[in-house]
Parts: sequence; C-alpha cells; structure tokens
Amino acid sequence: MTEQIEGSKAVARAVAACRPRVVCAYPISPQTHIVESLSTLVRTGVLPGCEFVNVESEFAAMSVAIGASATGARAYTATASQGLLFMAEALFNAAGLGLPIVMTVANRALGAPINIWNDHSDAMSQRDSGWIQLYAESNQAATDLHVQAFRLAEEMSLPVMVCMDGFVLTHACEPVEVPTVEQVGGYLPAFVPRQRLDPDAPVTIGAMVGPEAFTEVRYLAHRTHLDALSRIPALGEEFARGFGRPGMSLLAPYQADAETVVVALGSILGTLKDTVDGLCADGVSVGVLGLTAYRPFPGAALCAALRGARRVVVLDRALAPGVGGVVAADVDTALRGTRTPRYDVVAGLGGRPVTRASLDAMLRAAARDALDPVTFLDLDTDLLAGAAGHG
Amino acid sequence: MYSVRIHGRGGQGVVTAAELLSVAAHAGGRYAQAFPSFGSERTGAPVMAFCRVDDRPIRLREPVLTPDALVVQDPTLLRAPGVFTGLAPDGSVVVNAAVARERLPLPPAVAALDREHLVVLPATALALSHIGRPVPNVALLGALAALTGLVPFEAMAAAIRERFPGKVAEGNVAAAHAAFDLVRQALPAGAGRERSDD
Repeated sequence: MTEQIEGSKAVARAVAACRPRVVCAYPISPQTHIVESLSTLVRTGVLPGCEFVNVESEFAAMSVAIGASATGARAYTATASQGLLFMAEALFNAAGLGLPIVMTVANRALGAPINIWNDHSDAMSQRDSGWIQLYAESNQAATDLHVQAFRLAEEMSLPVMVCMDGFVLTHACEPVEVPTVEQVGGYLPAFVPRQRLDPDAPVTIGAMVGPEAFTEVRYLAHRTHLDALSRIPALGEEFARGFGRPGMSLLAPYQADAETVVVALGSILGTLKDTVDGLCADGVSVGVLGLTAYRPFPGAALCAALRGARRVVVLDRALAPGVGGVVAADVDTALRGTRTPRYDVVAGLGGRPVTRASLDAMLRAAARDALDPVTFLDLDTDLLAGAAGHG
Repeated sequence: MYSVRIHGRGGQGVVTAAELLSVAAHAGGRYAQAFPSFGSERTGAPVMAFCRVDDRPIRLREPVLTPDALVVQDPTLLRAPGVFTGLAPDGSVVVNAAVARERLPLPPAVAALDREHLVVLPATALALSHIGRPVPNVALLGALAALTGLVPFEAMAAAIRERFPGKVAEGNVAAAHAAFDLVRQALPAGAGRERSDD
C-alpha cells in the first residue's frame, strides 16, 4: 500500500524497520527531519531496543557509530554538507575497519559561500573514503535503498552511504510503499559481525599496519569494492522478489540505446526522462543512463551500456574546480580506449533548479555536437559581468 | 498533469497546504507530488510550495513554472515579483484578502479573469473564527477545491483529519468547509471542474 509521505519520514520508517541498535543524531539541514522522525519512532516504542544518541557533533556521530558497530550493534546515522566534512576522518576509519554502518547523506552544497540547498558536492568530496555510495532517484528508491544498504553493508563488511537529494527528495511528499518490519525481516538477517569488540574475549581492531602490509590492506579494500559490483545487482534482484518492486542495480538505463546518452545520478533523472521523452517525440535520439552505484564505480557495465552511443553527456551536480565535473572523470576512465566524444555539463549547483527547458536546449545542442567540452548549465552571464565590473 | 503553486509567508502553513493537497489527491487514486521551495526558514519570509497531480507517476522535479492554479496566502505578496509568472492561460487564482478584487493590486491579466477563475476570500478571518489562529492555508484549500474540483471536499477533510489532532482538525475542516461553500455558492451551476494544461 502506498502512502503519500515526506521522503525523510519514509526513510526514517524504513531505517526503523531494519531495527538498528544505535542511531546517532546531530541535526543539519536538510537531513534533520530524518533523525527527528527516528527519535519519535524510538520514543514511542515503534523502534524498540534502539539507543538514540544525541551526540555533540558530526564527528562524534560517526565516532559513536564506529564504536557501536565494532561491538556488533547495527548502527545508523545521517548528515549533509559540512556535517559530512566534519566526519571525514572518522569516515575513512569506518571504511578501513570494515564496519557496516549505514548513513543517509541528504545531499547539500558545501560552503563557502554558505548554501543550504541541494547539489552533490558533499558526497562527491568523500568519494574515495572507502564507503559504498548509492544514489536515489525518487523517495521510493531512497526508502528501498536503505533496506538494501544494510544487507549489502553487513554482507561486504563495508559502510554504505545512501545519497538522496536534499529538499528535492527529503522534503518532497510523494507516494511511497514503506517496507514493513515483517518484509525486512525476510530480507535482512540479524547482524553477525566479522569481528567484535568484547571485554570477555578481547581483540584489537585497527592496529597499526606498516609499509610491509599497508599496500596489501588497501588492495584488499579495492577488491572488496569490486566484489560489491556483483553483489549490488544480486541483492537488488533478491529485494525485487521479496518486495515486489524493483531493487537496486548498478545502472538505470532509460531509452539508453540512443545516439546521445546522458549519464547522471540522483533525482535529476526524473526530469531528464521527461525531457528525453519530449526530444524523442521530436525525432532527437537521446537516452539516459542513471548511475545508482557511484562507489564502487561500475566502469565495465557503463562502458558496455554506452557502446552504441555516438556521444556521451555527463551531467554533474558537483564541481571539481580546475577540472569540471566529478563523475565525468570517472566516465572518462570507463570509456578509456573508445573514441566516444564526451561532454561535461555542470548543473544545479547550490539548489539552482535544473529545468526541463534548459535540459532540452542543452541536449539538442549536444546532439549537434555544438556543446562546449565543459558547460555550466544556465550560467548567468549578466551576473558574471556585474561581478567583473565590481572587481 | 495539473500543477499548483502556493505563495505565502513563513508561518502561514504554505508547505503544509501543498502536502495536504497531495495527500487528498493520492487518496483519490491519483499520483501527487508536493514540495517546498525553501529559503532559510524564517517567520514572515516569502515561501513557495508546489503540488502536481497526474494520472500517472510524476518524475518531473523542477519547480512549478507554469501553474494551472495559484494560491496567494498573503495579500502583501500580490505586488511581489514572480508571484503570477507562468500562470496558464486558463489558470485559476485564489487570493486571501478581506477586500473586493477590484481593490487589489492584481496584474491586468489576473484582474480580467472571470469569477470561475479568480476568487478572493477572507481566509484569515475564516481561520480566526473556526480555528482561533490566523493561519489561512486550509481555508484557501477549501476554496481551491471548490473552484477547480481538483480534489473532492471529503478527501480534503480526510487529509486534514489525518494531519492534525482532534479539535484542531475539526476547526480546520470547518474553515475549509466554510470557504468551500462560499466559493461554490458564487459559482455558476456546472462550474468547478478541473482544468488542465494538457
């Protein structure tokens, strides 16, 4: 049964259905509604046996999650933007220790200048932290990804970030079928940690590793990520069988056997699909290739999916200054050895709406190969001229 | 697809209005999407929220740029830039004001709308008398439902009761009902069916 529900509330209920033992909460927009809802679910007994920890910072949130997970407790937290940056040191530790923490990132721009609105700068800045990163197109996807994220995390012994666009998804009210405790119980077995901190059977985890073995430790981390590339679709199929709706996959193609294919991730995929429908009706051959998994990066699958494309446009919601888009660089690596022209479009930074009209015009230009190698969508040249005038 | 844009000020329940509308539409078996256009949340600051209703799943996530219906919750926003931008040619407008339409600073195209497309009602006064608080959002939804037929009144009432506790819910339902009746009585017979841009 679908409910018309705010994305944050749907995610909170899905997380609660996964029965975490520890939830660490520190508020930051646009993530706050998620941990607020979880606090209500814990207080009212809907989520029993869970310790809801009000921590003093995001650094503490991740540190407490690390401690909890290391003792064998299923641990969850959520953050965004500067909050994620403040966790950075602990993020690498969680991944390096192989702790299957699940965290929602309600994607938001990074300052300065301060900006509370949506783009992907925050999660992209931590792309090499060793966390798996999954991106949600809709609130149904965001809700379902959390259930699958716990399963994936615990199976791989790796932490997973579920990235959902701040405000655009977290604050959007739309139909969602929220997984029940019973349904989740059939999909997500009890957490059995690979190693566990226990005063009765003391072990050390995360001990120092010197030059003689550090490369090997990192190689194993890389291999675990590559293993996740096959587990993500497998667990997605199992989810689909149990829940009767699509589960996660590495890629989400839509009319992707087109001459021009746009690669993108997150909630912009919906607007892109509507745009592509309009273009196809006009005889312009454009398709969409959504990325659900960004880390690990499904390079081989992406390359295979783009084999027939005459050109590829990568729509990035984050900027690497001095380079261009962030995902574009990964796509280039995946397309290595092919001659497919690749255009880089940076769009929707700091909450700038990405409209169908702008996407339509950009994709028509791309289809004529009349696009700059790096394009900033809807760049306000009057504003730039004014800024130059004020030197 | 039918789309609604609601303009108001922080504290007037703009976001709640869009959500209630989407819940009522969903209860009627349709697909709906409601979302706010947030600034930093401050009481009194201009706020917008959007609602789309369709017979198939809604993928589009851009702000509502060409609304089929506009709700203006605060008459001081009538002169604000962008409030009426993109209004569909056959669009509907609901304005909260305690004075007649002739005395409002409406743009010429809006002032020229007939009474099947423009309604001005004292929603704040209705809210004060039925709820005891100057929150006009739900009364305006009642007026919108009557003017456009986008959702049946009973679906709206159910959404209100799902959202608010007992007495607050009943006060809001009463305010919405009063606004609904006010608009229905002023409409010619047969008016008040949903109009759409596609």
